[in-house]
Amino acid sequence: MIDFDYHRATSLDDAIQSAEKTSAKFIAGGTTLVDLMKLDVERPEHLVDINSLAKDSNLSSVSQLPNGGLRLGALAHMSDVAWDPRVRDGYPVVSQSLLLAASGQLRNMATMGGNIMQRTRCWYFRDTAMPCNKREPGSGCSALIGISRIHAVLGTSDKCIATHPSDLAVALVALDANVIARGSAGERVIPIRDFHLLPEQHPEREHALKPGEIITAIDLPALSFATRSLYLKVRDRASFAFALASAAVAVDLQAGVIRAARVALGGVGTKPWRSTEAERALVGRKANAATFRAAADAALAGAKPQKDNAFKVILAKRTLERALTEVTS
Amino acid sequence: MPTPLSTLGIGAEAPVILMTGSSHWDPTRDEVAKLIIRWRYVSEVDALPTTGTWSRREFIQAAITFAAAIAFGRAAHAAPNARAPEPPSMTAPATVTLHVNGRDLPLQLEPRVTLLDALRNYAGLTGTKKGCDHGQCGACTVHVDGRRVLSCMTFAVMQQGHDITTIEGLANGDALHPVQQAFITHDGFQCGYCTSGQIMSAAAVIKEPWGSNDSDVREAMSGNICRCGAYPGIVSAVQSVRGNNSSSTPG
Repeated sequence: MIDFDYHRATSLDDAIQSAEKTSAKFIAGGTTLVDLMKLDVERPEHLVDINSLAKDSNLSSVSQLPNGGLRLGALAHMSDVAWDPRVRDGYPVVSQSLLLAASGQLRNMATMGGNIMQRTRCWYFRDTAMPCNKREPGSGCSALIGISRIHAVLGTSDKCIATHPSDLAVALVALDANVIARGSAGERVIPIRDFHLLPEQHPEREHALKPGEIITAIDLPALSFATRSLYLKVRDRASFAFALASAAVAVDLQAGVIRAARVALGGVGTKPWRSTEAERALVGRKANAATFRAAADAALAGAKPQKDNAFKVILAKRTLERALTEVTS
Repeated sequence: MPTPLSTLGIGAEAPVILMTGSSHWDPTRDEVAKLIIRWRYVSEVDALPTTGTWSRREFIQAAITFAAAIAFGRAAHAAPNARAPEPPSMTAPATVTLHVNGRDLPLQLEPRVTLLDALRNYAGLTGTKKGCDHGQCGACTVHVDGRRVLSCMTFAVMQQGHDITTIEGLANGDALHPVQQAFITHDGFQCGYCTSGQIMSAAAVIKEPWGSNDSDVREAMSGNICRCGAYPGIVSAVQSVRGNNSSSTPG
């Protein structure tokens, strides 16, 4: 690990100012950054520790918004948000996405802001001996010619097929959450669907934040049928693993008919994958196996499997079908 | 007569000598022990050329110098035979005071020293174990302000002002913590390497809002890997402290 200069931020403004330097990174839970620094994948020369800002409860807790939604402070820990009764009862999909992610120890460290800023788990990205366009723009994509079992089938490009690893972000995308960011130019609201970027020709660009901008909160909108929501995650082992496929679903079900639906997929996309195609296939239809199958087919219609991950197309469809079956039963 | 440089292999815990250039070199155990340079001193290892020609005497001398430098807590710059440039240092070690097991420990640390390395290598608290060093095995679990966290995934400098509890601080004097006692009673370990992490994790799990079933314990404890497979004993130990019966039988 390279040596770095450490600064403990005294205020939000101090943090923003300190992070405008090139090669500066914010550190909160550290569970992604410290790991990648040990691998030499991340090489920040300045670390701005924002944990002391948690003293401001707006930044570190769950609070009710005037419009009926919930604000998740950027420094709130995964475990605290997951077990908050307002989250668990009002937005089960969020609570479940958090509890099915990482381990108990990591959930006590990792924060909301850091969670959606996670870097991919692509093993070529994590290995500095291998070319990777995300890590070294223009060096090539090892996954395209290498072992692609864990890689994406949706949103890929000829430069990158790495999946986005966050479970939480998949739930947030389904709910149309908003990311609140603060920079030297003030505060702005970034819809979560626009927060993560497709790799296209520039996989090194992953998110919509500008240098020095910091996430202060994630807002969950008021959504009556979010109480009927669910996160289903399929992975190589029963616990503590990243998704091979996952589905975040919320359904407004009235007399057996789907009035509104939200569908997002994880583990298969280069970004948390909202499927409006699947939603259109659900709305106005009876909640039954044929409807769910049609929605799953629509969600994966644009899938481009690689050499080793064609199974993900089938797995993602089945995951979505099961999630819809469970959430409507 | 110079011989080709011996090969250093980087293992999970330590670089080890895989091959030496001389067929008649027969090191004693003591010599080998001295030549094993810890993984955390990878910058020192980098300072050793990996190609070129060294005499056996030079190689052994350099390695022993390194081992001695490490033993006395000195950095690689002390090694006379280092040929590669030193890694740039922007931040000199500074005093970091950690509050561990009820005591203030002032330590001289660079910012890049993890809490795990600070505890083990600077504070002498080796009860906390280094397994993967990447947040995947749980061996390094400690409590910070009463919550279980991974000491390998945070820098020590970030933990100033927090209450840190390690396995050394869990018992109350000679009276074991109930989880420690339960691990003994229920045979919750074999080799013991993961055990301090398992116990620290379990001591926090019993205060977390998990369900009462064995499956809940397995899920709650999934961040602690046991290569010996002592899981049935671990589950029944945790369940006994929580007042539940476990259907797991220690193997």
